[in-house]
Amino acid sequence: MKQQWLAATAILAAGIGQAAAWEPTKPIEIVVPFSAGGASDQMARTIQGIIQKQQLTKQPIIVVNKPAAGGAEGMLDIQKSAGDAHKLITTSSGIFMTPMATKLALNWTDYTPVAMLAQDSFLLWVNAKSPYKNAGDLMAAAKSASPAMKIGGTSSKREDNLLVFAMEKQGGTKFAYIPYTSGGQASTQLSGGHVEATTNNPAEDLANWRGGATRPLCVFAEQKMAYTEKVADGQSWADIPTCASQGLNVSYQMLRGMFMPGKVSKDQQAFYVDLFKKVSETPEWKEYLARNALAADYRDGEAFVSFLKADEQKHEKLMTDAGFMAK
Amino acid sequence: MDDLASLIAGFQVALSWHNIGFMAVGVILGIIVGVLPGLGGPNGVAILLPLTFGMDPTSAIILLSSIYWGALFGGAITSILFNIPGEAWSVATTFDGYPMAVQGKAAEALTAAFTASFIGALSGVVLITFVAPLVAQFALRFGPAEFFAVFLLTFCSFIGMGRENRAKIIASLCIGFLLAAVGLDSISGDLRMTFGSTELMRGFDFLIVVIGLFGVSEILLTVEEGLVFKGKQAKIDLMVVLRTWAGLPRYWATLLRSAIVGMWMGVTPGGAIAASFMGYGLAKRFSKRGKNFGKGEIEGVLAPETAAHAAGTSALLPMLALGIPGSATAAVLLGGLLVWGLQPGPMLFVEQKDFVWGLIASMYLGNLAGLVIVLATVPLFAAIMRIPFSFVAPVILIVCAIGAYTISNSIFDIWLMLIFGVVGYVFKKLDYPLAPLILALVLGDRAEDAFRQALLGSGGSLGIFWANGLVATLVVLALLLLCWGPAGDAIAALRGRSRQDPETAEATR
Repeated sequence: MKQQWLAATAILAAGIGQAAAWEPTKPIEIVVPFSAGGASDQMARTIQGIIQKQQLTKQPIIVVNKPAAGGAEGMLDIQKSAGDAHKLITTSSGIFMTPMATKLALNWTDYTPVAMLAQDSFLLWVNAKSPYKNAGDLMAAAKSASPAMKIGGTSSKREDNLLVFAMEKQGGTKFAYIPYTSGGQASTQLSGGHVEATTNNPAEDLANWRGGATRPLCVFAEQKMAYTEKVADGQSWADIPTCASQGLNVSYQMLRGMFMPGKVSKDQQAFYVDLFKKVSETPEWKEYLARNALAADYRDGEAFVSFLKADEQKHEKLMTDAGFMAK
Repeated sequence: MDDLASLIAGFQVALSWHNIGFMAVGVILGIIVGVLPGLGGPNGVAILLPLTFGMDPTSAIILLSSIYWGALFGGAITSILFNIPGEAWSVATTFDGYPMAVQGKAAEALTAAFTASFIGALSGVVLITFVAPLVAQFALRFGPAEFFAVFLLTFCSFIGMGRENRAKIIASLCIGFLLAAVGLDSISGDLRMTFGSTELMRGFDFLIVVIGLFGVSEILLTVEEGLVFKGKQAKIDLMVVLRTWAGLPRYWATLLRSAIVGMWMGVTPGGAIAASFMGYGLAKRFSKRGKNFGKGEIEGVLAPETAAHAAGTSALLPMLALGIPGSATAAVLLGGLLVWGLQPGPMLFVEQKDFVWGLIASMYLGNLAGLVIVLATVPLFAAIMRIPFSFVAPVILIVCAIGAYTISNSIFDIWLMLIFGVVGYVFKKLDYPLAPLILALVLGDRAEDAFRQALLGSGGSLGIFWANGLVATLVVLALLLLCWGPAGDAIAALRGRSRQDPETAEATR
């Protein structure tokens, strides 16, 4: 009995010896710069679940929502926590756009990039009972609409707003863009017929699509999505045509990733890179990606940084064109 | 009938021994969480969420929703004993609950509050049980204009129904609107009135304002009066509970009215906060003893508690049926559903019958367990009133400060809490009502968003607020309520009666 115990301790000790040079010593906090229930929040809670179920860390994971000021609250919190290796933040394109739209002294280069986990698509959604069969119908109807056709989205001067601006430029028409506090709210408003369309992510409109309240017209991307499993109406995500094929030449995708505060050590960064690499390989994660129709796109290290640099430049141009930059 | 069979099956799921155990544990944890200001229901549920990942979804939701019920019950305890509302919807409970405690009727007030919560929650669950599909459809009819109309109705009912000086109510409301406007304007995406301060960017969290205005200012007032806490002879035994119960049937009209208001606000979804204020406002106007409100009238405790809990419970319906969380706690529960692999939305009722009906059955049982547990602990809580106030006051102040700090881990918020404590003290000294300020702070920015969303959609035409029967009815009702008070006063003045007895101005205190 005693020998077994000793053997067990030895194995345990060896296990610790082999692990990364740094391990978290207290609960890890994932800051979500959006409110509970949104796409970023769902991702963080899924990751929390996977890490705890697979026991990938010895410390518990806590998800904290800091949604104020369009996510700036969460970003400022990470800014202030320089050197704290027990904090992570989920990021989307907001990491570029919030500073651009508000002139707050925030910059992603002050944080430590950990990993990019996926890319999220945007679709053009209409009410299930809507007469529009494709983006062309909708754009034609928008031209003659008075007052302007209503399109709902999340927040002002963010991804959805940029997309609607791009649609206006393409179609030579005007929309009334209505900012809601979340994609879920925009989706509900669409199923109640209070807006004509939304530019929601797949996850934000999934429940209403399956419930027969809304349907997608097209995806704002150069290629169709990859998932071929039937979702609703006998259609899969891969069956949805691209907007360009319907005469609306707009494409836009958004990164989803994880950052740490600045001034953390290489070992600490390496621990989380390893952790998210493991998460991204679990079947639960793959199932999550499929359920939300997220494009699998794992990157870390230099690949992630160069992606961020290119993406930042792209957003700077889009935001400037749309006149969304803070003066 | 199909639903009824499903419900019975649900009861069989919920009534297993281990599920009953989870219910009891959840309720007790919830009460603890609810009593500590700042910790609150959402945080309690969030902290315990990871523990449930290994459990089957039905047991997990039973545990977590029981914490929610416990927190709802617990919130009333601090409101009544210390004038510190743990959640926004308990604010209206302090108006009469605290005066009752001061008069030594803490046990009665607590019993009334818990029982009213139970009745409110029960009406919400009954609503969910029988009309779930219909109600979900109805909620979809609410666009920005309709939302604005609901908020307008709440504001108007407060001005029209209030018995305080109306100019003071409006002044207090306006200060609240001003505070609500600080932070990010979600319609334009710009920061407003932050003056370059990153602390102000978050805006004013209502909890910090509430802890300051109610809790800290109350301590200042008591200190001024020489640290004498008036609630010494709180009589505490089971007889009080039974006696209070015996008196309740007299208030059936108030209970019924509040339950209806609450269910309506929960579903529409105006929310529990608006519901509690509206329930209180309506009871004050229509009760025969309305002029005693604010001085420790049991009806003033029953009305907001019933309404808030009917709304809080009904608000779970949009969460399950549409995937829209009606409250912060519902949002955390929503996160839980996703982790357990359940996708909320219209399909949940079709695809996960066991889960949905197990949850609904546990709502009945969880609330019943909650009522029994809180009532059993009333003597314990009432006993706190016998501790000399000079001991209790510093503890309350520390708990308040911790509460304010934990909301966003900011020392600045503690200063803010103290500043609002002084503001509250001045308000009380000058007889300005505090409730309108809180109401405007909580609902002001939502009302503004809805108003501007509606106008964006209509191309700037105000006609949108008349565009259909629903919104027009709400607006007309709001204007009627607004004019009700002044018109009543005018008629009374014409008849040459004395308008009000001067003492009612005291009622705000």
